[in-house]
Amino acid sequence: MILIDTLAQGLLLGGLYALFAAGLSLVFGIMRLVNLAHGDLIILGAYLILTLTTLTGLHPFLSVLLAAPLMFALGWLLQTHLLNRVLGTDILPPLLVTFGLSVVIQNGLLEAFTADSRKLSAGSIEAQSLDLGIVTLGVMPLLTFASAVAVVFALNLLFYRTALGRAFRATSDDATTAQLMGIRPQRIFAMATGIALVVATIAALYLGTRANFDPSIGPARLLYAFEAVIIGGLGSLWGTLAGGIVIGMAQAIGASINPEWQILSGHVAFVLVLLIRPRGLFPRAND
Amino acid sequence: MTALLSIAGLTAHYGDFQALFGVDLTLDQGQTIAIIGANGAGKTTLMRAITGVARVTAGTVTLDGEDITRHPAPDILTRGIAMVPEGRRLFPSLTVEENLMIGAHARTGNGFWTLDRVQALFPILKDRRHNPGTALSGGQQQMVAIGRALMSNPRVLLCDELSLGLAPVVIKEIYAAFPQIKDSGTSIIVVEQDIGQALRVADHVHCMMEGRITLSGRPADLSRDAIHDAYFGVSHA
Repeated sequence: MILIDTLAQGLLLGGLYALFAAGLSLVFGIMRLVNLAHGDLIILGAYLILTLTTLTGLHPFLSVLLAAPLMFALGWLLQTHLLNRVLGTDILPPLLVTFGLSVVIQNGLLEAFTADSRKLSAGSIEAQSLDLGIVTLGVMPLLTFASAVAVVFALNLLFYRTALGRAFRATSDDATTAQLMGIRPQRIFAMATGIALVVATIAALYLGTRANFDPSIGPARLLYAFEAVIIGGLGSLWGTLAGGIVIGMAQAIGASINPEWQILSGHVAFVLVLLIRPRGLFPRAND
Repeated sequence: MTALLSIAGLTAHYGDFQALFGVDLTLDQGQTIAIIGANGAGKTTLMRAITGVARVTAGTVTLDGEDITRHPAPDILTRGIAMVPEGRRLFPSLTVEENLMIGAHARTGNGFWTLDRVQALFPILKDRRHNPGTALSGGQQQMVAIGRALMSNPRVLLCDELSLGLAPVVIKEIYAAFPQIKDSGTSIIVVEQDIGQALRVADHVHCMMEGRITLSGRPADLSRDAIHDAYFGVSHA
């Protein structure tokens, strides 16, 4: 009974990690860019939702509808005016620039919001649960997991059922030949980063309603996201969901043995998966 | 009559290395020209310079009177020049049908070439439409690459080394599609190392060597020796 409950909680926690990771996976899958500022952008999204909630009095679930287009625009501008300038055959410049961006975002948030912890209040829904007989699941973790599945499903539809998705995949395969098809890779990259930040905003909503956040916690979210992407197989969206679930379950199992082992267990699971399957659980065939 | 495509004094570099030295040529509406030459002659660079992929350092490329020199590759495609690149360069993560559809990515209006017409031109592509493009044989991949370029409804089709690595019977099958492509109103530039094939399909032939055009003329007017000299850079004197 306890084991089932632990696994169920781990599964739902995995949904949150998958949300952290989906944007990272999307950007890496299309432009082979590891965005070291991704965790901080999630935290920036959380502060944006908090600000909009405070200013408008809207529920965070409605504020996210205002925050998402703003984050899309931020992603577009970031890619167009900063990241596109450093993308190339050398992987070091984008790493350095996104690392710098991470520092800038953290310090900017610190200046604007201080180091105090904040939380998004979702109201009574935070305490509601669903009794399924053998396990009782919180409504918020269930919503988080359902959102993660929906996000991955929607991104897959976008990738494999639309002209834009075709252009994403073609650009990822061969940006030079894609240009001969009339595709403008830099616009494709800007669109991808915009979408990644919309996903990051959804992650921010659940991060902010689930726990406290402050300007310094972005890098740890990046680490979970990165591990989920690697476990799942670089560039695979369903793999990213699976990776998030592996980390979530490992953490839940570790915490059930000893609460101090929660974080460590996730990292150990990451190392074990890499030892057994170095390319992740669901690597893309052409990577 | 104004040429459909006019190239004047075209010079291109890869870094410090100069690959083209003042190339001049014209392509008229409905014409097929062939560019022949040995490896390293600059044929592919010329194609890449026309399509905006290689860096043009001097000269002009004019399409129907409009200067398109140094325009980005996507702009050049939308103005009507499509390329079948050397080595096909199909997108591995796309199916055959998706590879064809991506060719129409920037298309804004209607045109002769549709998915149905491309699949009628190369029926095998309809049978294999759900296969990954790169899982096909070399000849079939070449058909996808040609179909993909046609999907943009180009006024000018550039074909770079169509016959490279293909069996003669497959090459024949591919070139058998050319009359239909010409009938659709598309003018063609073919880059070929296969001299015999080039002479068969072209109205006009240019031979390149070391980044320069060393011989030009109608196939019927060019002697075997003259082509040999221009191609290999040797003299019978």
